[in-house]
Amino acid sequence: MTEKSLNLARLDYSVLQQCMHCGLCLPTCPTYDASKLERNSPRGRISLMRAIADGEMDITKAFGEEMYFCLGCLACSTACPANVNYAELFELARADIESSGILANPKRNFIRWLTVKFIFTHPLILRMTGRLLYFYQISGLERLLRKMGVIALLPRSLRDLEPFTPRVSRHFSDALIKKTEAPSQRLYRVGMLTGCMQDLIYSHVNRDTVDVLLAHDCEVFTPRLQFCCGSLHAHNGELELARVMARRNITSLETLAGPLDKLDAIISNAGGCGSHLKNYGHLLQNDPCFSARAALWSEKLKDIHEWLAIIGIRRPTGLCSPERITYHESCHLCHGQKITKPPRDTLRTIAGLKLVEMSESNWCCGSAGIYNITQPKTSKKLLDRKLQHIKDTGATIVASANPGCSAQLEAGLRQAGSSVKVMHPISLLAAAFRSKQ
Amino acid sequence: MSPSITELISLLGTDRVLTNPEDLIPYSFDGTAALRQQPQCVIFPKTVEDIVGVLRVATTQRVPIVTRGSGTGLSGGSLPVKDCIVLCMVKMDQVLKLDEKNLSLLVETGVITQKIAEIAETAGLFYPPDPGSIKISTIGGNVAENSGGLRGLKYGVTRDYVMGIEVVLADGSVVWLGSQCVKDVAGYSMKDVFIGSEGTLGIITKVLLKLIPKPRVKKTMLATFTQMDAAGETVSAIIAAKIIPCTLEFLDKVTIRCVEEFAHVGLPLDAGAVLLIETDGHPAAVEEEAHLMEQIARQHGAYSVTVAKSAEEATKLATARRSAFSALARVAPTTILEDATVPRSEVAKMIRFIQEVALRHQLRIATFGHMGDGNLHPTFLTDERNATEMERVEDAMQEIFDFAIKLGGTITGEHGVGIAKKKFLPDAIGDQSLNLLRRLKTTLDPLGILNPGKIFDQ
Repeated sequence: MTEKSLNLARLDYSVLQQCMHCGLCLPTCPTYDASKLERNSPRGRISLMRAIADGEMDITKAFGEEMYFCLGCLACSTACPANVNYAELFELARADIESSGILANPKRNFIRWLTVKFIFTHPLILRMTGRLLYFYQISGLERLLRKMGVIALLPRSLRDLEPFTPRVSRHFSDALIKKTEAPSQRLYRVGMLTGCMQDLIYSHVNRDTVDVLLAHDCEVFTPRLQFCCGSLHAHNGELELARVMARRNITSLETLAGPLDKLDAIISNAGGCGSHLKNYGHLLQNDPCFSARAALWSEKLKDIHEWLAIIGIRRPTGLCSPERITYHESCHLCHGQKITKPPRDTLRTIAGLKLVEMSESNWCCGSAGIYNITQPKTSKKLLDRKLQHIKDTGATIVASANPGCSAQLEAGLRQAGSSVKVMHPISLLAAAFRSKQ
Repeated sequence: MSPSITELISLLGTDRVLTNPEDLIPYSFDGTAALRQQPQCVIFPKTVEDIVGVLRVATTQRVPIVTRGSGTGLSGGSLPVKDCIVLCMVKMDQVLKLDEKNLSLLVETGVITQKIAEIAETAGLFYPPDPGSIKISTIGGNVAENSGGLRGLKYGVTRDYVMGIEVVLADGSVVWLGSQCVKDVAGYSMKDVFIGSEGTLGIITKVLLKLIPKPRVKKTMLATFTQMDAAGETVSAIIAAKIIPCTLEFLDKVTIRCVEEFAHVGLPLDAGAVLLIETDGHPAAVEEEAHLMEQIARQHGAYSVTVAKSAEEATKLATARRSAFSALARVAPTTILEDATVPRSEVAKMIRFIQEVALRHQLRIATFGHMGDGNLHPTFLTDERNATEMERVEDAMQEIFDFAIKLGGTITGEHGVGIAKKKFLPDAIGDQSLNLLRRLKTTLDPLGILNPGKIFDQ
């Protein structure tokens, strides 16, 4: 591959140069914290990218592995005084690694093709996969296989992952939410994004989000079949596919709700998706047909907690049963979108809940997209650390606003035999609104 | 593979000797702008015996050793030299003993400074030095650079908190310098020779730190001035009134604008200077001093003085100063943070001169820093790819250092000389002093294997 065909080399050099290697990212980086090796740190990785952009180093296997060892949690970008755009560097580096083929092998190629390129680009197939998994889980087949010890016959790596299989919801979002739902008195018009993981395993959170929006006088437009936001693709080196997903989602919402400038907001309730969805403007900036629409999309895109803070969150008159609650921050909500106060304010709005902060609430839980599959060891260590902090608070509920984190925490808590429940802040708020009726 | 690497691997094992380019490139720099040099290898000692063994290898093979902590230095002190071994201390990070009876803490030098502050805090004690990189810098790096921080005026710098050190000398002998005693005049105060020696005289492996009782209360205020001179006069008047506040920090006009654009803390954009003042100690004394300082600031032309009523408000006021560096760092691709220092009576004159130099050389220089102890941070906002601008930066820097020396000041207050300020050192300390430094270096490191070419050329 010639140097100039590399994303990293084509990038405006000032993005790389913005890193002044002061080292303030080091104490916030989970991988540096574990190894104390500069290579596993943000500034170390940036120095490698710079060496590649400068033509001093080729894209090597070690570099490829390093960039997939990075969680992409973006804790470094919160700590960075110089505002380095690590998210972009991370995506471009992984894209260069994929086009170089340096990590290619038949097993990896097949898994990437099946997940990133096939299942997650076809929403119907994704749902079909979800349906199969659902029947497997409720039919008793899963229990049977576990009991018979069939699971124990799996290779170690799969066996360890098996308990992390998320529980699939009975209904998808479009069975729970109508295309358009209007409040008695309309103040705002908003689009609603139901996500793919959220749709598959937490579709009730989407219903709860719509209920909360209705309680805030928002008319809600929810396209039937929605596509993966593309974060999975962008974070795994498939920027072109990410652009395809972005175009489809923009078109799909426009088809239902009309031009985007007629909407007051586009709502996401998943921290990881929201962070990527807000980036559509940048992602499609060179697409003549979409650049303006994507820019508008980015401007309108709001995390649900953020939106409630903007329009003024209403206090439900209903109560929750008194519970001690702690809040785990999704990396891409707090580091990616810099939203830290609104979710806490949401929880504080609910009478009956007592919010207790956990240590390192903004430290990654190890879910990190598909990191728990690709790097199970590191992921497990981070999960254990998180579970300990949750336990120390004595909370009975841990709130999390990202489906990846929720699934990871649920699996971890289940394995540890803990009775702590994982809930989305908006589900708790919706319950409080409902309990007054 | 070079013979020294083979020997190091047999000494430490492959895990603790890095030699691949992907591992070495991330160690080719420290926190200093525009300096890069790849080492031959990076090694991680865990014991003093490891280091003694490494020195034996380095001595027989004549390979230079550059000791490094977290690599946050701002003068190139831990920048590798060609073909060197980087001796990275971050894995020697045991906290050995907190002695509450003697108010001291014994640690290995890879311990992070923040952790030391936290340990002291949990025992109701206080470790005052707080360099900007406190969250990640190692205490060994702080001792080797004699780091400062925001509390220098009242509490001094790292040197004032070092009671003893363990050092491995170039010949492999291990010495302990200093003691648990507050008073100790047995022999030369050799520990002081190693504090601030930037890794050129020996490898510091343990530090015995002095802790002090934690001040009971703290009060924070922020004063805003139209003219920078008025802020300078306020500082002089506070000192003249026999008050030593723990923090006396200022921001100049350029910094104020950048901070306001970045942090929106409500600083008036037409302000010429802002002072952040903190006093701590006994509640009655703090109350009285805060009141007096507020009066003094108003008498000397402050057009607003905000006194924090709660800890939360105090944090908010301090945000302006704390975010200064972040606010400046995002303005330009290259940020060069300098630390010219002058006697505090000359601070206003020095700042005016820096502003004049910036104008004359068409550069953006923002100045903030520790007005109470005269330690300024003129910060160049530039771009290392622009060769002609970098030349003007060099010229401006030379003029600033010359002027600081003329005012009775120094070229570096807390960052060290390293490589970045090496060429300014002769003018700063004079030939005779420089000769003494050289003789000391030759005595302790006759083969010149410890961080060669730093501070001065041998």
